[in-house]
Order: sequence, then C-alpha cells, then structure tokens
Amino acid sequence: MAEIELRGIEKRYGEVSVLKGVSLKIQDGEFLTLVGPSGCGKSTLLRIIAGLEDQDAGEVSVGGRLVDGARPKDRDVAMVFQSYALYPHLTVFDNIALPLRTRRLSFAQRLPLIGRLLPGRTGIERSIRMEVEQAATMLDVAHLLHRKPGQLSGGQRQRVALGRAMVRHPTVFLMDEPLSNLDAKLRVQMRAEITALHRRLGVTFVYVTHDQSEAMTMADRVAVVIGGELLQVGPPEKLYRDPQDLRVAEMIGSPKINVVARGRWADDRPILSAILAPQTRHLAFRPEAAVLTTPTAGLPGGTVTDLENLGSDIFVHVALRDGSETVVIRTAPDEPRFSLGCAVGLKVDAARLMQFDEAGRRCGDIERVAA
Amino acid sequence: MSAHRRRSRVAGRIARHALLVVSAAFALLPFVWMVSLSLKPPDEIFQPDFHLWPKTFHGVENYRVALTAAPMLRFLLNGVFVCAVIFALQLVICVPCAYALAKLRFRGRDTLFSAVLVGLLVPPQALAIPHFVLLYVFGLLDTYAALILPWIISAFGIFLLRQFFRSIPDEIIHAARLDGLGEFEIIWRIMMPMSAPALAAFGIFSVVAHWNDLFWPLIAVRSEDISTPALGILLFRDDEAGQFLGPLMAGATIIVAPLLLAFLFAQRRFIDGLATTAMK
Repeated sequence: MAEIELRGIEKRYGEVSVLKGVSLKIQDGEFLTLVGPSGCGKSTLLRIIAGLEDQDAGEVSVGGRLVDGARPKDRDVAMVFQSYALYPHLTVFDNIALPLRTRRLSFAQRLPLIGRLLPGRTGIERSIRMEVEQAATMLDVAHLLHRKPGQLSGGQRQRVALGRAMVRHPTVFLMDEPLSNLDAKLRVQMRAEITALHRRLGVTFVYVTHDQSEAMTMADRVAVVIGGELLQVGPPEKLYRDPQDLRVAEMIGSPKINVVARGRWADDRPILSAILAPQTRHLAFRPEAAVLTTPTAGLPGGTVTDLENLGSDIFVHVALRDGSETVVIRTAPDEPRFSLGCAVGLKVDAARLMQFDEAGRRCGDIERVAA
Repeated sequence: MSAHRRRSRVAGRIARHALLVVSAAFALLPFVWMVSLSLKPPDEIFQPDFHLWPKTFHGVENYRVALTAAPMLRFLLNGVFVCAVIFALQLVICVPCAYALAKLRFRGRDTLFSAVLVGLLVPPQALAIPHFVLLYVFGLLDTYAALILPWIISAFGIFLLRQFFRSIPDEIIHAARLDGLGEFEIIWRIMMPMSAPALAAFGIFSVVAHWNDLFWPLIAVRSEDISTPALGILLFRDDEAGQFLGPLMAGATIIVAPLLLAFLFAQRRFIDGLATTAMK
C-alpha cells in the first residue's frame, strides 16, 4: 500500500511563496502527473514528498504513515532526476547496486578493504549482483554494466537511472522531468517504456513535467500546478474537455485553446444559442470545436494568416475581423481548403464553448459538459 | 596574399615561442645553476669563467658529503611524514567544512564563509607568534606536533573545495540521500571521488608549501631528529661560504628532486582526472 496524501502543503523561500496550500491524494498504484510551467512549484512538491526539502506547513503521508521529518531513505520512495544524477565515478553496476548496498550491508561491511573480509558480505554481494543484473536486463542495459556513466548516451543513462530507482523495489516512484534532456524521438520511445514499467511494477508513480503532451499521454490522472496552487486534478480527457480554470485550459492541449474576450465578436452573436452567464468575461474553444465556412453574415469571421499542415490535420490561423485575437482551427485535409489571405467565416460549436469569469474560473456551463 | 598571411602567422608563432623559451629559461636557470654547482669541485665554483659542465667531475663527492655529513635521509623522511600528516589532517577538516558550506543550508552559513575568506587574507607569518606561544603552553615545541598542528586548518583548502563542491549538482546529493547514504558517506563516497582534481590541486599547494617551508620549522624546531629538509639544509651553511657550497647545492638538489619527480609522474593523471570529471 502506498497511497500518498498531501494536506495543505506550503513552502516559502524567503519572501517568495512557492506552494500555497496544496492538498492532493494519490491512489496506490496510480500514475499521477504534476504538470505546470517551469517555476510553478511542481518539482518542489516532489522533493517535499521525497523528503529532500521540508515543507513550511502541511502534512505528507505515504502509505498511511505520516512521514514529516522522516529522512528520505526511510520513506520508501525512489526518484529519477532530470540530469539522471548518476555517480560519474562509479560503473553502471555500482550505480545500480549502491542503494542495495547501503540497505543490506552493515556499516562495517561497507568499509573499504576491511568490509570485504567480514563474514556474510560475499553472500549479500552475490544476491545484490543477481538483482542488479536482473534490473539491468529488464531495462536493456545489461551489456553496459562495466561502463562509467560518462560513456553512455542520454537514453542509456536514463535507463540506468531507472534501474537504480527500481532495484530496491520502492513503493513510490518519483520522477522529475526525466525525459527533458532527451531528443524528441527518444522521448516518445521512453514515454512508452516508462508507462510499460509502471504497468509491470504496479506501484505509485508521481511524474513531474512541464510538457503537457507527456502528462496527457502517460498519466492516469493529471494535476495542474500553476503559481504554487493546485488548480485541477483529473483524468487527462477530463482536463482537456472540462477545465475548471482558464489557466488549466491553456496549459492542456496543443495547439493552445482559443480564448476570445467577451464582446469582441460582434455582440457575441455566434454563441447566442449558448446562454452566456452574466459574469462571463472570456470565451474559449478548442481548435476542433469550430468549423470554417465561407464568409457569412451573422457569423464572426476573419482572414487566414497561417496554415500548418501536419498531414493528418491542417491548423488554420485566423485573425479575427473585429479584434486583435488570432484563433487556430483544426481542419481535416479532405475538408475544403482555404488559402492564405482568404476571408473565412467561423462557426463555433456552442456546446463545446467554455465560459470563464474575470478571475479565470469556469462559469455558466459547467454542469452541461461535466462528464 | 595567403602565402603572405601564412608567413606572418609562422613569424607570430616563432615570436610567441621565443618569448616562452626566454621566460622558461629564466625560471629554469637557478635550477640549472644549482645542479651545475652541485657537480663542481670547490675551486671551480668560484672561477670567473662559467661552464655548465664541470672540468673535473666532483658530483659523486658532493652528493656523498650531502648524504653523509648530515642525516639527509632522515630529513627527507621527516619531510614526507610531516607533509603527509598535514595534508591528511587538512582533508579531514576541510572536506566536511567545505561540504557544509557548499551544500547544506543552515543559519549563519554565509557569515561563516566570510570568516573563511578573512582567514584567507591573514598571512601565516602573522600567526607565528601566537602559535609559538600556544605550542609552548602545551609543551609541544620541538616536536612533530609543532610542525603539523598549526597547519591542519586551511582556509585556502576550505575555500577551494567549497567552490568545487558547489559545481557538483544538488541532484547527485539528493540521489545519494534517497539511496540511503548518510551525510558523511556522501562526502566520502560521492564528493571526494568526484572532486579528485580539486583534491589533487589542493594537495599540490599543500605539499609544496610545507615541503619547502623554512620559516615555521626554523621557529618551532631545534632538534636535528625532526628537522624537515629545508631546515636540514641549513646545516651546510658555513659563514665563510665556500667549502660547503657544492654539498649544499647537492643537498638542495636532493630535496627538490622528490617534488619534481612526483609532479612529472602525476602530471598526466591530473589532466586525466580533470577530463573525466568534466563529463557529467
């Protein structure tokens, strides 16, 4: 059992408040992603769970046990870092073996030279060797065990870091942007490997990233942290379809959600069918929630300023006629094409239009869309 | 055009090298002279004409005198012992201090570090008399302890290692804590091996400084038994200055030789060490 519970976590660095009362419950065996822009406090939150930093207020429990003040090694958590944090002077084997050695060998047995002569050490070393080799085989780095980290590629180092984390069978895996030092292709491959690892180990994963596509593709649930606040937690598709906050809506989804200030479109006519709440200040819709038409009276319209052809989709950038905003509309390649500079009309699916108030909170239509 | 440029580049290179050769010769000349004198008989030393190589080879005699007239071997062993113990104790003290100043967060850390910087500015000579009095009070004058104890806290060592430790990413230390290492084990198993180049650099400074130090041994020690090489060589000094100059230079060559040899051997390793830790 290793559910994690955070209650009212606060953290300040001097005058700067990094985390403002974050409460979150992570289920046993869940893959939860913390996503947010850099500097939002998500990594700090992870380090607080690991015990590498102390929170100023609030409680952390792992597996139903309060761990505040417990040292990192007593929390039964493992962590993978962005820079991999392998020990450069040790071989891959020794890197992976280190957590086992510190746990299983006594202080005396770990001493250089003398340690080797002590009874019991050989047997323990043999079992450690077996487990390290097993983990290395699982991660496909068994042929690299005698190398130093400096001689490995980024992807290999990443695997070694994973091996070092999993070899001692922790109940919680913490990952701090583990893929951001890899190139794009390898990143996609490692994503799949990490989710496969999660399924195989069946333990709790907490994964920090600033890349919303990683969050969306890997996680059971995504927690969006912005400005030290936990804005929304939910399954990826729920966050995408039903964001509770404008910042969440903008964080999740690529291309970004279209946001238009109320009143910018001639009297908000396109959404007259949707009942706008009185406090609504911003209207937002996903690129696929609108279709392009020929310019039509009564519909908002604009000029095509850019076309992004991805093969499967074409993203059409439209500068709105009566505002400075540009919106992005997804069209299928087999739909009628619009060329650059062409005037178009815009028909937004009223059912998929989201309303946000002055403070960016969702308003008006929440119940209707809620899944 | 290009030929012209190539020629001027070659000329520039020659000029550069000529400058280097001249300055290297300046630095080397005293050593060459020392070795040359150590091979000459007394009457040849003061001849007005200069020969690099002696007309009559007197080296064997000079070195024999240098090695037998004074307990040179004893001095050398004393030097090795004193330098080794000083460096070892410096590490025992400096490395944890530097680690704490670089990687732990606690109140007053910056103030403490400023104190280290101030310590860096105090010339060791200024502390000679307080040290002397302290050692006198504890009855340690004229012992090995008198040669060693005043040097075991090195502000320079703390500063140098602290700067190096700061360049080691925090994530490595975080990983080590999660792997179950205690703070001292982190120092011993992670920081020290990763800082090998910095430790080597500090080692060079420390050993050279204390091997060659004449000032402090002259104050702290009288017995021949525990004299360091630099102090021991003074035994060859005679006020008439002449008869013993050859053996004196031979002795000087003997005490410089270990350092020179050590660095010639270690040079490659230092560079290798720097290269391996540069890769993360």
